[in-house]
Amino acid sequence: MARTPHVVVCVKQVPDTTEIRIDPKTGTLQRAGIPSVLNPYDVPALEEALRLKDRFGVRVTAITMGPPQAKEALQRCVAYGADEAVLLTDRIMAGADTLATTYALWRALVKLDAEHPIDLVICGKQTIDGDTGQVGPGIAHRLGFQQLTYVIRLREIDFDRRTIEVERVTETAREVLRSRLPAVLTVVKEINKPRYASLPNLIRATRYEPIVWNGQNTDLDPNLCGLKGSPTIVSKTFAPPPRDHQCEMIAAADLDQVANRVVDAVLDHPVIRRLREAPAVAGVAREAAPAAVRGSGG
Amino acid sequence: MAGESTPQQQDQDFADYRGVWVLVEHARGRVNTVSWELLGEGRKLAARLDVELAAAVLGNQVDHLVDEAFEFGADLVYRVDDPVLEYYRTRPYCHGLSSLIRAYKPEILLLGATSMGRDLASAVATEVLTGLTADTTMLDVEPPPSRLLLASRPAFGEKILATILCKHRRPQMATVRPKTFAMPPRERGRRGPVIDAPLGLTEADIATKVLDYVAEEHYGLKLQEADVIVAGGRGLGDPAGFKLLEELAEALGGVVGASRAAVDAGWISHEYQVGQTGRTVRPKLYIACGISGAIQHLVGMEKSDMIVAINKDPRAPIFQLAHAGIVGDLYQVVPVLTRAFRERLGGQPLLSA
Ligand SMILES: Cc1cc2nc3c(=O)[nH]c(=O)nc-3n(C[C@H](O)[C@H](O)[C@H](O)COP(=O)(O)OP(=O)(O)OC[C@H]3O[C@@H](n4cnc5c(N)ncnc54)[C@H](O)[C@@H]3O)c2cc1C
Repeated sequence: MARTPHVVVCVKQVPDTTEIRIDPKTGTLQRAGIPSVLNPYDVPALEEALRLKDRFGVRVTAITMGPPQAKEALQRCVAYGADEAVLLTDRIMAGADTLATTYALWRALVKLDAEHPIDLVICGKQTIDGDTGQVGPGIAHRLGFQQLTYVIRLREIDFDRRTIEVERVTETAREVLRSRLPAVLTVVKEINKPRYASLPNLIRATRYEPIVWNGQNTDLDPNLCGLKGSPTIVSKTFAPPPRDHQCEMIAAADLDQVANRVVDAVLDHPVIRRLREAPAVAGVAREAAPAAVRGSGG
Repeated sequence: MAGESTPQQQDQDFADYRGVWVLVEHARGRVNTVSWELLGEGRKLAARLDVELAAAVLGNQVDHLVDEAFEFGADLVYRVDDPVLEYYRTRPYCHGLSSLIRAYKPEILLLGATSMGRDLASAVATEVLTGLTADTTMLDVEPPPSRLLLASRPAFGEKILATILCKHRRPQMATVRPKTFAMPPRERGRRGPVIDAPLGLTEADIATKVLDYVAEEHYGLKLQEADVIVAGGRGLGDPAGFKLLEELAEALGGVVGASRAAVDAGWISHEYQVGQTGRTVRPKLYIACGISGAIQHLVGMEKSDMIVAINKDPRAPIFQLAHAGIVGDLYQVVPVLTRAFRERLGGQPLLSA
């Protein structure tokens, strides 16, 4: 190997969404005091990079775009075993949607690539706060790297011959793809079982200070960053519409009676009754389904 | 990407961008029905905007999909038919769809929030530099002159809905969760004009090759298409509980589903999971047994036509969503219910396929 291969993991610090509450009156989020965590989907992404480090001695860099406190997420990555970490932080990046996020990360990755050419970028399949799954592909497209999403197994990688083979899962198939490096992978949780942080790495992490970049040293156009650079905006947030029906609680002296009343209620439901009375109508909605379900033609 | 201009500067009226498009998703010719659901919903948007509803069909030998797109409501079909498109791969599909967008300028483009739809939409939105809203569950448009797409999606662990706008870029793109919208009626024999476009790439241009492709009849898909689902949660207390649910499902001609707690307990595989991180389902009948009704579960099944809940806790939140509720021990209730359905249905499924 001519040089040490370089694997970059893109991570995000996210609010622990399980802890978030909604103000029932205003419909707004109560975010104060919500703990932040390393996006759970990013942990297997990092683990996959660390396995490459174990096998090939690759250099592993973690990178995040976020506020200064996102440093904690990077320290977490170092605790797991990342060699280096980059924090891309600047006021101008606040409020970025996925397009503006991939713009900034792309510029930072280009800078990183100039220092240590990047062979592989690994991302989690999505974050738990945005849930979009759009950032990994967006970065791949901007970098002109091969885009390989929902990867469940990294079967082979050859840094010299510049090839990679992965298995990916979709709703209907399992595929094996062979592609070229450099590539961007997004990985599903099932790809591996992340390790625990080792004691020496934990100690290193507590004192670790990431490399900090801002808009200037990554040569960012402020008009393409943050809110300004985002084509999408949130126009309003609201609580999900309330249910418009009452639940009929079925109680009776004995269970047989209860069961029969449930059967009555089911058979009496307008949609179910209509479908049972006019199976021809039912056929309309149902017709298209089997095509997608049938396993033939594989 | 050179010469990218800020989205907020590009203030035009977009008069040359017209029409609502749906990408027809398929795996080697087998359609994902979310595409037809989107044609149904897209029809409403197109009507409000007074524009045509178009389907974009990319693939290899896709004539049958073109016909079906018309039958499910498309006024017009854009077709890119090329052997290179036999399998879904990001690069050629992104290239084909982006070229169609540049040539024919839709104002709205909808795709399924599936692994393919998300992969493709993200690449295309980055290529044409527009806004993309992920995983929407509600769609509407502002009437002309603004014509804006109002794409609403759950945020923060499904606790809140956010409406997203894309004011200064076209097309306005969104991915939509399967089973969010009902299937439109099919009008057999309905046809319309087809516009063919070349792909403009050859196999030599594409670095990624498909070495192996195994169509898997994923249980999750069967679950998603089922008319009757009997689902179990932590209240089963034991993997053997699913045996009871299977018997009830069988009596109804349905299938079994699960909450995440049951999956996490290791009682049943993840493919059975309904909810935010599992499948979104929309059966005619959903029977929830020993499921409390956490929001992450509810978002996956709330569109079911009829929901029956069995839970020993009368205060379980599932009863707020259910149409019929039974307070009791599922181990007592379910077997009796199975017997009652068997008797009343005379061995026939509740809904004939
Ligand atoms: C990011 C995130 C994503 C998630 N995604 C999903 C998802 O996709 N799907 C999902 O389901 N959950 C999901 N969850 C988890 C969700 O929050 C709940 O924890 C889960 O749905 C609870 O499952 P349950 O109702 O089976 O268990 P519990 O909440 O423990 O409820 C068990 C119920 O069974 C009842 N019960 C007990 N014994 C009996 C008996 N003998 N007879 C009758 N009733 C009985 C109890 O009264 C109780 O109501 C997610 C959570 C997070 C944070």
